[in-house]
Amino acid sequence: MTEMRFGKALGQALEDAMAADDSVMVFGEDVAAAGGPFGVTRGLLEKFGPVRVRDTPISEATLVSAAVGAAMSGLRPVVEIMFMDFITLGMDGLVNQAAKARFMFGAQSSVPMVLRTPHGGGLSAGPQHSQCLEAWFAHVPGLKVVCPATAADAYGLLRAAINDPDPVIFVENKSIYARKEQVPDVLEIVPIGQARTAREGRDATIVAYGAMVQTSLEAANTLSEDGIETEVIDLRSIQPWDEKAVLDSLSRTHRLVIVHEAVEAFGVGAEIAARMADIGFDELDAPIVRVGAPFMPVPFAKPMEDRYRPDSNRIVDAVRRVLA
Amino acid sequence: MMLLVRRVEERLSSLFSDGEVPGFIHLSIGQEAVAAGVGSALEQKDTVASTHRGHGHALAKGIELDSFFMEIMGRDTGMCRGRGGSMHVADMSVGMLGANGIVGAGIPLAVGSALAHQTRGNGAVAVAFFGDGALAEGVLHESFNLAALWKLPVLFVCENNGWSEFSPTSRQFVANVRDLAGAFGIESEQVDGNDGEAVALAAAAHVEAARAGGPRVLECITRRVRGHYEGDPQKYRDDGDADPQSDPLARSIARLRAAKVSDTDIQSIETDLMSEIDAALSAARAAPPADFRAARADVYSPGSAA
Repeated sequence: MTEMRFGKALGQALEDAMAADDSVMVFGEDVAAAGGPFGVTRGLLEKFGPVRVRDTPISEATLVSAAVGAAMSGLRPVVEIMFMDFITLGMDGLVNQAAKARFMFGAQSSVPMVLRTPHGGGLSAGPQHSQCLEAWFAHVPGLKVVCPATAADAYGLLRAAINDPDPVIFVENKSIYARKEQVPDVLEIVPIGQARTAREGRDATIVAYGAMVQTSLEAANTLSEDGIETEVIDLRSIQPWDEKAVLDSLSRTHRLVIVHEAVEAFGVGAEIAARMADIGFDELDAPIVRVGAPFMPVPFAKPMEDRYRPDSNRIVDAVRRVLA
Repeated sequence: MMLLVRRVEERLSSLFSDGEVPGFIHLSIGQEAVAAGVGSALEQKDTVASTHRGHGHALAKGIELDSFFMEIMGRDTGMCRGRGGSMHVADMSVGMLGANGIVGAGIPLAVGSALAHQTRGNGAVAVAFFGDGALAEGVLHESFNLAALWKLPVLFVCENNGWSEFSPTSRQFVANVRDLAGAFGIESEQVDGNDGEAVALAAAAHVEAARAGGPRVLECITRRVRGHYEGDPQKYRDDGDADPQSDPLARSIARLRAAKVSDTDIQSIETDLMSEIDAALSAARAAPPADFRAARADVYSPGSAA
């Protein structure tokens, strides 16, 4: 085992993917000379040169669509959108072009592009630099959405996303870029669409993704002190999501809590809850409970933002509710 | 090519009136010289991103007529298996990256395709067709900048027919495409877009310049003879009837005659084209309908997790 930061694992994945395949290129705002706003792409320009690693102007709409056009013409572009909030400017490229090209052209082409972007609060970055918008993309047929929780998965899922023939929105929680973790000496590719059991438990299931997996594990430890053993499923992929893994866990624990940092209403949790209420109805011993952000923009002031983001106390309360 | 595009679109117009072609179709009748002229300057490896008015661009890039008719008539054997229709005709094997339902959206796609050509060093050029209605789209301005910044092998072809859908472009856009190109240091030229030979000569020069490295802009002044879409009553329009002297097809035929091509030869070209179109239409009518289950299975690539 070695120690590695979450952000470094992403950079390693980019480096290894570029070394393995000449058609992989990286572009985005400040990703080359400056090494990326969070340092993820640091060193790539020096290793692979200015043809394959490019700083772009601040033109998100064109960056995203150019990635689509490049992917349809033989490259595997990895484009970075500096904050997920800025993705609003690139929606046509993703929703009308990338997502539909394969289907709309009768499977003549695929769009093997990856769009990396950080979401989430915790930095007092305010309403336009903190949003979690992944549910928007999970709602669009043709896009895949991935959100790793650990450094090993950051590496493995990004490698899988780059290898994937379809467009992948790769969401990184910015609050964990600097977190150090133990990772295996040899990092492996992690298939998209397979959840991971982060903690086993018999009494209730928590489904989470991204930074909320760690928060859920903290909640599970707290509950364990009272003899409540919670299973934590790290979803890893949001679209497609591992329905079977969630249903299997629910079939053992019969109680389900879904956690995400994104706004609770109309979110990823709503889809999972609806699906489990359908195919898992007979397994449920309690209503499904969601833990997410309230229906409001992300506030700036630290105490307000702390209250806004789900924390382990709220998750503990939710698990107690489904066990009551 | 101009004659082919004209006759194909006239046929589509009647098929649309008869209810055999569903949805929206946008015809380029009167604008064929742009597609034919630019198409004549391109090689197979070059790529084209087009517009909602893209039949001519697709035909000029070398798509196959049978599967074109099958697509527009919603058949399973259509080039896009009946999932795209008129606004999405595409054939990757000849570098036709698709017509596009979103105004201006093909422009950054072509820029990306040019980026791929440059990065791969394959000597290909990408062409972005767009109308003057796309001049006010932000992606055009962004794309000019990016293409100039990276010296991408891309030719921007502005098909200026004076109309932004249902409004005159003069009431929507204060600049013009050549000044805009100049602001980004991109060389540009305006040609009579109804003169097939002029378009072909200019396109050949600019395509080769773009191939050598760096974007070019070619503005083709033309006329949209039909409405924005077939069936458009055009109550907003009072710019008079098309001048028959300016019709690109009539001008090309006159030029052939001046070059001593006999009427018999011209007639035989027309007869051959008409029988090709008839054959394609018969094949399309006989083709199986689009397959919903196959469409459902093609949202993601086979074998990929979804």
